[in-house]
Amino acid sequence: MNKNNNDACTVTTQETSLSRRDLLKGVGLTGAALITGASSSAIAQSSLQQPARARIPVTEAFETLTAAESAALDAFTSRILPSDDGTPGAHEARAVHYIDRGLTGAMAASRELYATGLAALDAHAMEVGSTPFHLLPTSAQDDIIDAMTRNAIPGFAMLNSGFFNTVRTHTIDGTFSDPYYGGNRDFVGWDMIGYPGVRAGSSQEDVRQGRALAPSRQSAYDMPTYTKNPAGPASARSGGAAHGQ
Amino acid sequence: MANENARTDVVVIGLGAVGGVAVLPLVNAGLNVIGLEAGGWMTTRDFAPDEVRNNLRDWPQAVPKAKSEIPTSRANINFEAVQGGGHPMMNGVGGTTLHYWAQSWRLNPWDFKTVSETTRRYGAHRIPLDSTVEDWPISYEDLEPYYDTVEYALGVSGNAGNINGTLQPNGNRFEGARARAYPMPGLRSSVFTDLMSDAARQIGWHPFQGPAAINTEVYGDRPGCLYHGFCDRGGCHVAAKSSTAVTTIPEALKSGRLKVITHARVLRIVNDANGRATGVEYLMGNQVMFQPADAVLLASHTYENTRLLLLSKSRQFPNGLANNSRQVGEHYLSHHQGAPVTALFPRNLHNWYGLPAQGVAIDEWADDNFDHSDLDFIGGGNLWVHTDRKPISAAKMSTFDQVPNWGAQWKAFISENADRTNSSYIQKTTLPYRGNRLDLDPLIKDKLGFPVIRITGEYRENELRIAAFTQDRMEEWYRAAGATRIIRAGLGGAMGASTHAYGGTRMGDNPQTNVTNRFGFAHEVKNLGVLGASVMGTSGARNPTLTAQALAWRTTEYLAQNWDAITR
Repeated sequence: MNKNNNDACTVTTQETSLSRRDLLKGVGLTGAALITGASSSAIAQSSLQQPARARIPVTEAFETLTAAESAALDAFTSRILPSDDGTPGAHEARAVHYIDRGLTGAMAASRELYATGLAALDAHAMEVGSTPFHLLPTSAQDDIIDAMTRNAIPGFAMLNSGFFNTVRTHTIDGTFSDPYYGGNRDFVGWDMIGYPGVRAGSSQEDVRQGRALAPSRQSAYDMPTYTKNPAGPASARSGGAAHGQ
Repeated sequence: MANENARTDVVVIGLGAVGGVAVLPLVNAGLNVIGLEAGGWMTTRDFAPDEVRNNLRDWPQAVPKAKSEIPTSRANINFEAVQGGGHPMMNGVGGTTLHYWAQSWRLNPWDFKTVSETTRRYGAHRIPLDSTVEDWPISYEDLEPYYDTVEYALGVSGNAGNINGTLQPNGNRFEGARARAYPMPGLRSSVFTDLMSDAARQIGWHPFQGPAAINTEVYGDRPGCLYHGFCDRGGCHVAAKSSTAVTTIPEALKSGRLKVITHARVLRIVNDANGRATGVEYLMGNQVMFQPADAVLLASHTYENTRLLLLSKSRQFPNGLANNSRQVGEHYLSHHQGAPVTALFPRNLHNWYGLPAQGVAIDEWADDNFDHSDLDFIGGGNLWVHTDRKPISAAKMSTFDQVPNWGAQWKAFISENADRTNSSYIQKTTLPYRGNRLDLDPLIKDKLGFPVIRITGEYRENELRIAAFTQDRMEEWYRAAGATRIIRAGLGGAMGASTHAYGGTRMGDNPQTNVTNRFGFAHEVKNLGVLGASVMGTSGARNPTLTAQALAWRTTEYLAQNWDAITR
């Protein structure tokens, strides 16, 4: 898929411009996530009517989170690492995508916690603001999270510091992980804390530069050494990135 | 009966830190060796710089065998033991040396003679009353040639402190005398290690770069460390870490006398009516196999060494193999490595791409390197600061009570301070005590239905006083280096499962209080040798692996030299 410089696109592989054919496929993939407040056929219709180079209006498929869960969780993680200051936070890092993928595998033990916790979050938001959590003003979202950390939300046993700590931990994991896992998009997490990125080695001079070192801008799995395919790129056979420095 | 393999001279259970070393002197002596390993082979291409996989998801440690055998633990018999966390051992050719920090220390001579030296210098009343500590049956000087052999066989880098009694400027002046320098100089210094070293000298201490089983230059066919920063719980992507998987095991394979059987899950050691070990029963896939051998070397890990002996019951050994003395599982200790001090500095420390073994040590407050006359404990701790820093763990840094742990303020805090914090690693003298022990859990079983190990253990007054004392010293050091905020962790309580686990098959001359003799062979089963930290009776104040490896080399050399007496 080609990147381009169309202003309608943020320059990422995920939100790039798509062909009509891609859009049709995309509707099929994301159908479940899109059905909120509108019928699927209406969305399919509007998608089909968009110009070929338009930006996809919503995120792509989640593997396990429902639309409501992903919306609530995105809002939650965005308050843990907000972007109010004009620099990317958990939303821009796509921490929710890291969590979603994790919940289908290595983090599956937490799936039930997310289901019950996020449902409680929306139910509580409906009580206090008559909207789902993600549509509350951010100040009201912050108040709920603050109360959650103090175990001070009576009537919602799930909204406690344990749930908060799990989401906080996973938000950090997703924001600062290798992008291979679905978060840290465009390395925004690593930039946030001044980590110049994975590389096969560092010189004493690299270390001396510290966060001033030019970022590597790669995933570990961009290194040919780790393609797991012994017949892979020539650079892997000759030792590849691991021996490159 | 199980499927029976062809007989071999020696079967080694586990090809990790110690079994992986032992195979080399065995084949060098002309013996035929079968190595049974529960895991498989991994290569440099399996070791990506991936914090999620290595540090969050415990790969490659989290493989089925060890994961289904996680010990239960409790502080003392008033509690029910619970299972939790991961298993500190892993399965794989090379074992924990694949992913360990590779700090490769020799113990201090005092650690071998804790009882007699304490008695001589301060009086016998200074040994804690509830401790079962004994002097080792051997001295540092006995082990020195084996330390030397292993340092060169594996490739250990470091700066010597004492060569034949002559103190060296850049090494540890408190170490026992060594015959020669390390085969390679120590890991390079960095902005941070220079900062800490300068601060230590200002307060009159003697800092030095610690030793590591990591190449710092080309050694044999392996390159020097590239400093990419994913050493902690990760295998080395260029085989600069001197794991047994890339050193002694391949060297032994060249002889043609070592056969490695991977994915072999050992069930029990079998003995005959005369009380001699006849071989090892293991599970491969769904097949039960039997490997007959003239000598058996048990080389898994402290927990599994004890468990396999306790599970190997027979008419001759109704309490488990080599356990008619009821000493298997006794004198257990988890190294007190906790109770760290964490510091915040007002400047970047430049620790991206560092590793846990690249650091600075202070030995002034370890072992008996300082006068304890007016103190209320014996032993001490080695102060260690290192350069390891990775992004996820960096973002999880302490907030030092400066900001909430979420939201805009927190984001600004970690953005500024992710490279400005450091946490010390203080390894403390830990003693064996009455009541601290390993046995089989009465309730919790592994996937095959065998009980897991139960740890009953807690640190006692001596360990807690060392922890408090060394935290004072550590804070002093950080302050001298310019730290503006300090946090101290609690002093410690229950022992729990540890990578540094000792005892259970302690080595000593007295068969009433020890499972193995001074050469590491079982008092009750003369052709059964035990390798690993499970034979060690004191911890010292530093990582155990090199000592366990030196002991393993010594045990196998003894076996080869006394083959007929041991096996006939």
